[in-house]
Amino acid sequence: MSDINAVTTAEAPGPAATRPADASSAKPRSLAGDAWRDLRRSKVFWIAAVLVAVILLMAVWPTLFTSADPANCQLANRHHPAGGGALFGYDFQGCNVYARTIYGARDSIFVAVVATLIAGVIGLTVGLVAGFYGRWADAVLSRFIDIVLGVPFLLAAIVLARRFTVHETDTGVLAVTLTLGLLGWTTAARVMRSAVITARNQDYVTAARMLGAGPGRLMFRHILPNAVGPFLVVLTLLLGINIAAEATLSYLGVGLQGDAISWGTSIAGNGPYVRVVAGPVVWPSIFLAVTVLAFIMLGDAVRDAFDPKRR
Amino acid sequence: MTRYIVRRLLQMVLTFFGATFVVYALMFANQDDPYQVLAGDRVVSDSQRAALNAQYHLDKGFFTQYWYYVKGLLTGDFGTSLTGRRIGDMLAEAWPITIKLTLLAIVISAVVAIAAGVFSAVRRGGIFDHVTLVLTLVVLAMPIVVLAPVAQLIFGVKLGWFPVTVTRDANLYQLLLPALVLGTLVVATELRVTRSSVAENLRADYVRTARAKGLSTRRVVGVHVLRNSLIPVITLIGVDLGVLMSGAIVTEGVFNIPGVGFNLFRGIRTEDGPVVVGFVSVLVIVFLVVNLIVDLLYAVLDPRIRYE
Repeated sequence: MSDINAVTTAEAPGPAATRPADASSAKPRSLAGDAWRDLRRSKVFWIAAVLVAVILLMAVWPTLFTSADPANCQLANRHHPAGGGALFGYDFQGCNVYARTIYGARDSIFVAVVATLIAGVIGLTVGLVAGFYGRWADAVLSRFIDIVLGVPFLLAAIVLARRFTVHETDTGVLAVTLTLGLLGWTTAARVMRSAVITARNQDYVTAARMLGAGPGRLMFRHILPNAVGPFLVVLTLLLGINIAAEATLSYLGVGLQGDAISWGTSIAGNGPYVRVVAGPVVWPSIFLAVTVLAFIMLGDAVRDAFDPKRR
Repeated sequence: MTRYIVRRLLQMVLTFFGATFVVYALMFANQDDPYQVLAGDRVVSDSQRAALNAQYHLDKGFFTQYWYYVKGLLTGDFGTSLTGRRIGDMLAEAWPITIKLTLLAIVISAVVAIAAGVFSAVRRGGIFDHVTLVLTLVVLAMPIVVLAPVAQLIFGVKLGWFPVTVTRDANLYQLLLPALVLGTLVVATELRVTRSSVAENLRADYVRTARAKGLSTRRVVGVHVLRNSLIPVITLIGVDLGVLMSGAIVTEGVFNIPGVGFNLFRGIRTEDGPVVVGFVSVLVIVFLVVNLIVDLLYAVLDPRIRYE
């Protein structure tokens, strides 16, 4: 196997230099273009997209939604009903539930997005290498995926998250992000691998190979653009799964802790008092469920758009 | 078939060693001095150290220690918790109730999913079909940490239909609400698979033949279609066991059910390392064995599947 970087930069000799210009005016719609045309007409997609946009805005710019300080907790306010700036009332430590729910989006979304990116990079690399090179690389990587999949997710996450937590005072954001990222890539890798195998045997790839394109160029210019659709769908779904997983880990006590504000820590912290006042548990639960729902709907809509059979 | 079983077994052995090794390395490697941690500020004398070393082998190399751990696992010796209880005893006490809970959840979810799935497939595009599709989407979006406390609040505390927590010798009625919560984790996917599988089979040639023979719809759907449609559902139920096991940790924690998940939950909360490792290791082994059985069952159920 030759050096990928060296090959990518080397132009294919001879006839390849006369390949058609990239942007010809009458070019047929690409797979992604087709999918986008379908998506624009999908109601589910727009509902999900608006929800996701609002949640992202909440994570990036919480002061837009509330002027209250989520860390300003007065025990005197313990379990006070709603009023003033506290739409949802106060929790067992006298914190403003509305403010904490709004600010909770930040850590929840941050953990889920970064963990999904980590999982995406690992999944892309493993799937691409296994699918493109095949043979022993595929055999080794596929067995490795089987082994990782063979371990129940939550059990592995408990052990990993405990290990990554360096200090007791740590908020655990890094630990949970790494844990979810290192465990969540298997499905993405499998999907990528099968998509690459399908794309690899297409005529246009053979043609490109004939023209002298190296493995790097074949992988990134020719195969990847046509194999990336289903992979992106898996990542969207993974985002929703990771948000739920962070809450679960936080609930179990191996996730976010200390000063971290997230939906999971709110549900976990207020759980024991649910019979006294339900709001502090119910509101973050609703936000959590709606966010997960939005990502699942988004993934469903995108999958339908990318799958020609469902048109 | 034999070749497949052998290959599958070899793969399981590999996964077993891989998983236990990772668990062990993450939990126990790089500890500074466990005896000193145990003793706090007091001085640990050399003779005490030697006695402890003879018992726990902590002076040996990493792989030797791992070997002792695996040997313990395979001979049923899971060590003792920090509170001095034998983990084997804790497991023996906890398993029956967890198995009861999981079986109840599997039965409930399977009955609901298959009944609703068949009905919505037969009346495809009807109101019932649309409603169940939306409902499954909502259920899919509900993480167990949301579902369990909310269900406990509504049906246990507010409405009072079910007991809020479960006692040690739990009866079926006490376990019903936790099992329902646990079941919703898997019911959505099972329902969707049943629906698409039945819908596909309804278009098959043998269904047309059966109808042409004059068989009633009830018999065509109930016997011919159902038998052919259930194979993927049954596999899914097997695979879902991993989901149920993870869900049981949270559910048992919320409803105070003294099962395996509850002990693990408490082990994490009280930072009881040996309990966490012991329980996780055993759960991993159970998961591997069940998955193997399901894969083999798959081949028995569907004679069209031949493993090479």
